[in-house]
Amino acid sequence: MSGDTPLLLMRGIVKQFPGVRALDGVDLEVRRGEVHCLLGQNGAGKSTLIKILSGAHQPDEGVIALAGEETRLATPTAAIRAGISTIYQELDLVDGLSVAENVFLGHERTRFGFVRSREADRAAHALLTRLGHPEIRPSTEVGRLSPAAQQVVSMARALSRDTRLIIMDEPSAALAHDEVANLFRIVRELTGQGVAVVYISHRLEEIREIGDRVTVLKDGRTAAVGLPARTTPTAQIVSLMTGRAVEYVFPPRRPRTGAALSGPAAPEVLRVEGLTAPGAFADVSFTVRAGEIVGLAGLVGSGRSEIVEAVYGARRASGSVVLDGRRLGRGGTTTAVRLGMGLAPEERKAQALLLDQSVARNITLAGLGRYSRFGWLDRRREGAKARELIATLGIRPADPDRPVRTLSGGNQQKAVLARWLVGDRRLLLLDEPTRGVDVGARAELYAVIRELADTGIGVLLVSSEVPEVLGLADRVLVVREGRIIHESDARDLDEHRVLDMIMEGSTL
Amino acid sequence: MTDTRGPQAGEDAEGGAGGRDAEGGADAVGAAGGEGTVAGTPARRRGAPRGGPLARLGEARHLGLVAALVLLALVGLVTRPENFATASNLVSILSLAATIGVITVGMTFVIIGGGIDLSVGAIMALASVWATTLATQSYGPFVMVVCAVLVGTGAGLVNGLLIAYGRLVPFIATLAMLVAARGLAQRMSDRRTQLVQQGNEAIVELSTTRVLGLPLLVYVFALVVAAGWVLLNRTTFGRRTYAVGGNPEAARLAGIDVRRHTVLLYALSGLCCGIAAVLIMARTTTGSSTHGDLYELDAIAAVIIGGTLLTGGRGSIIGSILGLLIFTLITNLFILNGLNTSDQLIAKGLIIVVAVLLQRRGLRSPT
Repeated sequence: MSGDTPLLLMRGIVKQFPGVRALDGVDLEVRRGEVHCLLGQNGAGKSTLIKILSGAHQPDEGVIALAGEETRLATPTAAIRAGISTIYQELDLVDGLSVAENVFLGHERTRFGFVRSREADRAAHALLTRLGHPEIRPSTEVGRLSPAAQQVVSMARALSRDTRLIIMDEPSAALAHDEVANLFRIVRELTGQGVAVVYISHRLEEIREIGDRVTVLKDGRTAAVGLPARTTPTAQIVSLMTGRAVEYVFPPRRPRTGAALSGPAAPEVLRVEGLTAPGAFADVSFTVRAGEIVGLAGLVGSGRSEIVEAVYGARRASGSVVLDGRRLGRGGTTTAVRLGMGLAPEERKAQALLLDQSVARNITLAGLGRYSRFGWLDRRREGAKARELIATLGIRPADPDRPVRTLSGGNQQKAVLARWLVGDRRLLLLDEPTRGVDVGARAELYAVIRELADTGIGVLLVSSEVPEVLGLADRVLVVREGRIIHESDARDLDEHRVLDMIMEGSTL
Repeated sequence: MTDTRGPQAGEDAEGGAGGRDAEGGADAVGAAGGEGTVAGTPARRRGAPRGGPLARLGEARHLGLVAALVLLALVGLVTRPENFATASNLVSILSLAATIGVITVGMTFVIIGGGIDLSVGAIMALASVWATTLATQSYGPFVMVVCAVLVGTGAGLVNGLLIAYGRLVPFIATLAMLVAARGLAQRMSDRRTQLVQQGNEAIVELSTTRVLGLPLLVYVFALVVAAGWVLLNRTTFGRRTYAVGGNPEAARLAGIDVRRHTVLLYALSGLCCGIAAVLIMARTTTGSSTHGDLYELDAIAAVIIGGTLLTGGRGSIIGSILGLLIFTLITNLFILNGLNTSDQLIAKGLIIVVAVLLQRRGLRSPT
């Protein structure tokens, strides 16, 4: 133990992506045997920082030193050799292999090229015992284990490689309450053995319980280094996380929506009652009025996306969804679209776009029935409508035949929105509509969304960026752990209060 | 499985950057211009104004196939000047191509829709046997045709239901159908070749009657190709087929009933097998459980050579037909030159590999 040299020291780390400066001078200092928590809003740069530490990305500037020695983590293998292991949110285990095979994947115990499975089993068992789980059998197929047990296997894998530093990215996200307690026990044992842990979580109460020190990131910079995890006041942490370098420009709300809130001036478009999907969300009830933007604020994994999917019929749930007075049955997305709903899903590329096809074809996909007679496409009318929508939404370049893949994120999102402006839409569900969209284009998207609402469409907006929800929505629902814990007019809330509710469940 | 991407792209700064990374270097100029500033957008917009190169590429790819066809024809003209360019040889090429050609049209739909149909040859055999049983034949040629088409469509429907609602992988469901349909055909025919009976010669006339020098079955083939082209390019069904194959999740979330569409695709393939069964009855005057052996491989190969992506979402009928003609022409050249059929298979294998390698290069450069 070389006294007070920190195990890991990062200074002035900069990482530039095309168009985005993801990290802009980040410092981090982790000591031996401590649990160092990394806090920050979505987009603050946590993921990029982890990727640099695990060797997946190279920093453009800055210094990384391990135990006082300057190091380059050129590849993931180099990071592992240096004693840094990462346990990702989505566990990277091979389901079809046994526990022991997973633990020693990539550095199998061999003799003359043959795997010595007996010895691997024994070694895996020793590691699992060290982690307090001797009951996990090394020969079990990993796919058959619970998520909690799989996480233990991941940790055993990290330990099997002489790890000095373990990075855990939201390790509690997939776990039930009592499993979290066990996770903490393991973390304490690891730190007791001198291993350092970088712990990333959105849940403040966890950080208070397990953390030693906290580093806060904001907009790619370090907002605070090494705060005491247990005693720093919540208000201080929250204010370090909020307040942005870039101001968003939000379109003005119509004055009358305020009145519509108190008196039922505008008709109800959507009424959701007692919507429940076990394990995702429970007893969710709310309404959306014509012309109103309702925002769902909550963390990733709080159930907000799942709620939206259930409303749309893309996910099974009990309870009732009533659109314009008509109850949606089990018809799935086809019925929802026919009755006037539209969804801009969270993962634009994976869930919404046909990337190789033209902008025009992507726009008209959901409304093909409108340009056809007995299934026969009227391509002239289809093309005219696509051109019209490209102009209305200002999609650039204004070329209907261009593959949608070549558009910027903001223009791709506009193409998805345009898809739902065909025909009589009553309700739009927008899940993270500005993800991956740069700041200038965001303002345009906000304006488009507000204009849509002004035409009388109801909008349900999901965003993990609290300022976005507060700036754009008329009314805000706060979601935490699958329940709506608060509802009020957006103007009666501020970022502090919402973040507080999201992270601690308290309303201060 | 898409879940793995979700949380990692969770932080939008990173997610966005990664995405733009993949979109190619043309944006780099714009990005550098707007570095760290809010006004990055106008600069980016100017980047990469490549209009519709994909469409042109499609045609260019067909051009390659046409060139290959011309080359093969030249080889035929040079090696067998006296036999190749004769009317009877061309008719025999087209008649040979007609049966698998009809199947290839159905296969193109299935593969663009993100699936695969291994059972086409077996379904065709079953349909030919069912249509030539004495019982069916007693009702006359019209009922025979209807029977073949219905049996084909029915078997395809079973495939589709198993895949869409039984959630079987297409490979497995149609492999099971391949085995089972051939077995059923053997059972019905008692492994005997069933002749088209006297009084039902109308079926055989499809191959013997000629209009403008070409047998009727070539016209049937042309008709199926034309109908397939229209269905794929001019109807909502075709458009949705590309969507379902290209991104099933996006199609579902756009309100397309992906499962129903999948059922229809396999039923369509079965229907094509039924029509092919009529053609093979016409050509051979028989129904047999051995008809169409390994047709599935020829059809899949033709579709792939034609530039249809095996993962779905991209492809064309014209390409598939050109691919098929290339295959048929090779067979013809080998026969005309009295060469070994084993060599012919080796040549075909090479052509598949070369075609796919060339297409991959063509795809990579513009995107």
